[in-house]
Amino acid sequence: MTLRQAVSPHLRPPRTVGGTMRLVLYALVPGVLGQLWFFGAGVLWQIGLATATAVATEAAMLHLRGRPLALFLRDWSAVVTAVLLAVSLPGLAPWWMAVLGTAFGLVFAKHLYGGLGHNPFNPAMVGYVVLLVAFPRLMSQWPAPAGLAGGAPGPIAAAHAIFGGGVDAVTAATPLDAVRTQLGQALTLPEIRQGPLWGALGGRGWAAINGLYLAGGAVLVATRTADWRIPAGVLAGIGVPAAFLWAIDPSLHPGLWFHWASGATMLGAFFIATDPVSAATTPRGRLIFGAGIGVLTWLIRTWGGYPDAIAFAVLLMNMAVPLIDRYTPPRIYGHPRGGGHD
Amino acid sequence: MNAAHRFPGGLRLEPNRAISTRHPVTAVPLPERLILPLGAALGAPAQPCVSEGERVRAGQCLAEGEDPAVPPLHAPAGGRVAAITAHPAPHPSNLAVTSLVLETDPDAAAEPAWPALDAGADPAALRARVHAAGITGLGGAGFPTAAKLADAAGRVHTLVLNGAECEPWISCDDMLMRTRAAAVLSGGRLLARAVGAGRIVVALEADAEAALEAVTAAADDDVEVVTVPARYPAGGERQLVQALTGQEVPAGDLPTTLGILCQNVGTAEAVHRAAVEGRALTHRYVTVTGDAVADPRVVLAPLGAPFSDLLAAAGGATPGLDRLIMGGPMMGFTVADPAVPVVAATNCILAATTALCPPPQPALPCIRCGACAEACPASLQPQQLYWHARGGEVDTLAALGLGDCIECGACAYVCPSHIPLIQYFRHGKAEMADARQARTIAERARERYEARQARLAREAEERRQRREQKKAQARSGGDARKAAVAAALEKRRRRRGTAESDGDDGGRP
Repeated sequence: MTLRQAVSPHLRPPRTVGGTMRLVLYALVPGVLGQLWFFGAGVLWQIGLATATAVATEAAMLHLRGRPLALFLRDWSAVVTAVLLAVSLPGLAPWWMAVLGTAFGLVFAKHLYGGLGHNPFNPAMVGYVVLLVAFPRLMSQWPAPAGLAGGAPGPIAAAHAIFGGGVDAVTAATPLDAVRTQLGQALTLPEIRQGPLWGALGGRGWAAINGLYLAGGAVLVATRTADWRIPAGVLAGIGVPAAFLWAIDPSLHPGLWFHWASGATMLGAFFIATDPVSAATTPRGRLIFGAGIGVLTWLIRTWGGYPDAIAFAVLLMNMAVPLIDRYTPPRIYGHPRGGGHD
Repeated sequence: MNAAHRFPGGLRLEPNRAISTRHPVTAVPLPERLILPLGAALGAPAQPCVSEGERVRAGQCLAEGEDPAVPPLHAPAGGRVAAITAHPAPHPSNLAVTSLVLETDPDAAAEPAWPALDAGADPAALRARVHAAGITGLGGAGFPTAAKLADAAGRVHTLVLNGAECEPWISCDDMLMRTRAAAVLSGGRLLARAVGAGRIVVALEADAEAALEAVTAAADDDVEVVTVPARYPAGGERQLVQALTGQEVPAGDLPTTLGILCQNVGTAEAVHRAAVEGRALTHRYVTVTGDAVADPRVVLAPLGAPFSDLLAAAGGATPGLDRLIMGGPMMGFTVADPAVPVVAATNCILAATTALCPPPQPALPCIRCGACAEACPASLQPQQLYWHARGGEVDTLAALGLGDCIECGACAYVCPSHIPLIQYFRHGKAEMADARQARTIAERARERYEARQARLAREAEERRQRREQKKAQARSGGDARKAAVAAALEKRRRRRGTAESDGDDGGRP
């Protein structure tokens, strides 16, 4: 009888990277269903395109880098990247955008930095920003929410739009876009909100979708897949300054609820900012990291040139991560307070 | 009473104690041969004081340390010293160490018991008895108890009897408190007397209900019984102190700094046996458990009994046995040979199939999820330590507190990438120690060099001074000569003058 020689701990590890990533995917389901309901079947096509591209790109890059394929494909991280990018794209964007964005994110933001665990930037957001900067018009053409101009496009209509070389479905400005342009036209918020785009909290459809991503995010926090500090930081970072300006002049500044219920706020706070690889890792650092994303998002939404800003804010804060981690180490057992290194 | 405080991190693990506490404690039948490693305790190995072929009585001293910190070793049974030879010992290295092989004889006479020491005994005499009885910490670390007592004597106000099991699956302390609560408390009072502690606290995990009942029933007003939450590693000394007092043991220090001495309940029971019953440490409770043992239980085993005999006493190993672990599933180490003997630190033998302890998974890169940091009871950042351990950056490792890692394994257990963090950290600690040693050596070399330079300079200075002195002497010597010459000339001149005047005088009638 040969006894196995192994190092402690000996118990079965309770978690795996693949399991963690799959849980993220499950938690995305409610939000995706919301997008399906309000913006049509395009989102499913985008997820399919991005996932297929991600798996192919991941496999090719692993092969080029001489890494074991089966081991790393089972970590599911490329699929998470793909789905996060896909749900950020307008549902009827042409097929090559999902392919290009995913491939760019995985090749340049992930594998060229050393693959899983080594990317300083969130690959999905790198892919998104490349598309946004290169094709700003296509990236802003969101379909009109369901109930506004007939039903949301079904799978066939969506496929026709995505693969048929052009959007012939009705598009509408996103609420963030609408607020930006119409405030620029010297309209006040109460006037803007008279429009058919609007619901109780924010844009029609958008508020519900944000709520669904919030529900999925709550699962991630409850299962400790995501640290609560990052989404809490993001929401506070957006909400506090928004509420402050809103309190000063509610006719010119959208408030906390509008910001929380618009754009990619909840998706960003719970699913994108919480990508562990590119986020801060210390407890205080995660609060700071999240708050930084929130404040930057609010700043860019309010005064910047782009309608939504989660992607830019995440990438900017990714750059600050090494610095944040270095200056926020927790106090070690048995060490005096304030006695960090340096 | 519940502990008033918490320690950070930690894990809620399935305790799996009930599996091995269903049966009463079973005595292991006396093996034909006992193997007693001479280097089992920390520090220098003990030297045998018997020779091969010699017949010994049960309880007779077999080996002693030259260093008073090395506890002596006694015969768990009478018999004949068959050999003093290298034998595999229970150690992570699986190396063979010099061991006494004792052929047992159940009919051999026993050594007479030492006279009993009572509750009013002299503290120094108690400490001497603890040393003479060869007691080492029975919690798992195996530090010589007498040395710990000598260090703590007069400096502590509270004695904590640690009855919180170090790890899941281990139940020997639980069983000991159920069956020998009075002896544990008696030993605790003697320990408190030996170091001058006025307060005795027995700490148990909240889910050890039977043990709690037994200890509470046996305790008088002089003993506080406190439960701590059953959260791994509640049995760790530093975590226990924090849970009980809210205080943290300063980095690099022992709980005695806070006036607290921690002793395992098994150690206290051994002290009772040594002082009251006059017997050396020769047996201990061992948990024999796991999913590859037919009938898990706690056994009373003589030190030196092979692990295989303990497994047999628990119904034998099942065919699926894959790993044999000494200690618990979080910090224990695998042994390669079931013939290795029980030593004082053997609190548990865990026989596991691959269902309980699956083969190690291939490690993926760290995804910085921080689960390790959340689990760390020392509030370290294992994910950062891991990077720097891989890079061999010993100064950064020291700054990030690797020295405060207690190697509890909580981080490696929760790691989704299955990185063997503890291995990296042990290696990092070894590198830190190497770097410290290299620095010490370099420092000494520098001191020697500077001393030599200073000596050479001093000698050169002395030579110079001597030369100067000589020169000065020579100069002053030359002056003296000149002076002497001048004086002589003067004298002569004077004499001549005198002679003249003498003449003059001489011309005088």
